[in-house]
Amino acid sequence: MHIAVCIKQVPDTTEVRINPETNTLVREGVKSIVNPFDAYAIEEGVRIRERLGEGKVTVVTMGPPQADSALREAIAVGADEAVLLCGRAFAGADTWATSLTLALAMRKLRPDVVLAGKQAIDGDTAQVGPGISCHLDWPQACYVSKIRDIRKGEAIVECLMETGKEVLAVELPAVLTVVKEINEPRLPSFKGKLRARKAVIAVWDDQAIGADPEKIGLKGSPTAVNRIFSPPRRGGGEMIAAASAGDAAKLLVAKIKELRIA
Amino acid sequence: MLDYFLTEEQRMMVETAKEIAEKKIVPVRAEYDENQTFPNDVFKVIADADLTGVYIPEEYGGCAGDTPIMNMCLVTEELSKACGGISLAFAGSALGALPVILSGSDEQKKRWLPRVASGTLAAFGITESDAGSDAASMRTTAVKDGGDYIVNGSKMFITNGGEAELYSIFAMTDKNKGARGCSCFVLEKGMPGFEFGKKEDKMGIRASATRELVFQDCRVPAGNMLGREGSGFMTAMKTFDNSRPGVGSQALGIAAGALELAVDYARQRKQFGRPIIANQGLQWMLADMAMQVEAARALIYATARWIDSGAKRPTGPSAMAKCFASDVAMKVAIDAIQIFGGVGFTKEYPIEKYARDAKITQIYEGTNQIQRDEIALALIKEAARK
Repeated sequence: MHIAVCIKQVPDTTEVRINPETNTLVREGVKSIVNPFDAYAIEEGVRIRERLGEGKVTVVTMGPPQADSALREAIAVGADEAVLLCGRAFAGADTWATSLTLALAMRKLRPDVVLAGKQAIDGDTAQVGPGISCHLDWPQACYVSKIRDIRKGEAIVECLMETGKEVLAVELPAVLTVVKEINEPRLPSFKGKLRARKAVIAVWDDQAIGADPEKIGLKGSPTAVNRIFSPPRRGGGEMIAAASAGDAAKLLVAKIKELRIA
Repeated sequence: MLDYFLTEEQRMMVETAKEIAEKKIVPVRAEYDENQTFPNDVFKVIADADLTGVYIPEEYGGCAGDTPIMNMCLVTEELSKACGGISLAFAGSALGALPVILSGSDEQKKRWLPRVASGTLAAFGITESDAGSDAASMRTTAVKDGGDYIVNGSKMFITNGGEAELYSIFAMTDKNKGARGCSCFVLEKGMPGFEFGKKEDKMGIRASATRELVFQDCRVPAGNMLGREGSGFMTAMKTFDNSRPGVGSQALGIAAGALELAVDYARQRKQFGRPIIANQGLQWMLADMAMQVEAARALIYATARWIDSGAKRPTGPSAMAKCFASDVAMKVAIDAIQIFGGVGFTKEYPIEKYARDAKITQIYEGTNQIQRDEIALALIKEAARK
């Protein structure tokens, strides 16, 4: 079974800071990591291969040349091969163009199943995974918390819903996005790191995946970020000092009336 | 602080161990210490990360390259920075495997080492109630019976005892010959007549299992004997020459871990309106601790590299590495508590455990008094050769 895992390199912080002057993400001094949700997808891909006793895991990312290190991290924890989608034509892509780019790479790789994290911790859109399936017209299952069974042509998965779990039989090839409940990613091994260091990573540009230059990158993006901003901090509240709880309650009621809240 | 010019492979081993230490050992160390929980789960992570093979040659399933002892030291140090008790599952297993590496036949190595490399826990058993520093006065016997040996007796204070699958144990095959009548055997857990006795309740390294081994007419095939009959004592001494820098590394890790915690705490803790690290008296304490730690590291690495280069009898430097580093660990850990002040004496903070864990490194694999004997003996021998 050929398992493709789509990953993203993101800044290592759960609190992405925004420069209020330029409305852009502050990336200086922030280490890059594999998007944590994608780490669960990599682990699940490796586990599927181990469970079946055959197959390979190909990890794919679209990004700048530095994204090479994210792919090597994936190899260190068990991925077999890696593809870096890299080139000027891809730059500035929104989620539509990004998912199209990844979908074209999938068409070339022809995997049996595509895994990805439910969302990236920087953009938080959760759109790219499902987007890939739409571009390919493959089925999708999102928020997968367990793969009960997987074999050529079909997978039985459990998806996390707000009120419970949904069990789906999905025809393969399909795109599955996973949540952190699905597994506990392993730490990189010494031999994995050795393999990662020596691995030859394929680099594909727009031509390699046969992309229409009008549909990828900034040009191909139907949406544009108008403004990113941090909401202004709320001012501190007012503490009501009183001798007793009863007095405090009276003061509070007076305040509420004064401010015409009620 | 210093650059020891580790190879790229060694740096990867250190990185791998560091990540395990931070993510898998630090979160559980207090609980495992308190409850004396053996770290089977952590040891599995260590094995899955291929670190159990760093001191085992490639042809037997490991990834030692040309530097098995240096690798063993680096990994032990890194794991011990987080917990000197949990790291001992790894280091104690290496000690158990060393007799096979040093004295086993090719067939024996093929039989046991790939298992150790892939995560089977090993142990080493020489100490008895009346044979501690005086190892040659052991009472456990192995009597030849056809193609087997019948082992009787008991071993005490055995690290990884009861948890390990493989045991390198020493027994007298000829009591009349003293040290030359000692032989080494590999025993497997579950052999009829091989049982486990009392588990010790210890001051430190509490996540490590320290247990009695009991042999009652335990039948061991002759094929499990390492080397020839009577070569056991030599195997034990060779093992210690190779393993003592490992004990030194455990001590070094404890010292380096305690120093790091002390520096962090001294930077945070404020008294008289400023961090306590602003006091020169405390700075000088930290400077002394750092010097000791770095000196221990330099001595251990130099010794390990010399052993890996094929040194014939590295007994003196090996004893120095163990003795110096363990004395440093005890001193540095106690001074680190002093820097923490009152909270350092409580179990709310991890620093008191470093001091409890450090103590054993001055005692086992030969007390530091025995190490000084070895160092002096090496001096005398060297002088006599001139």
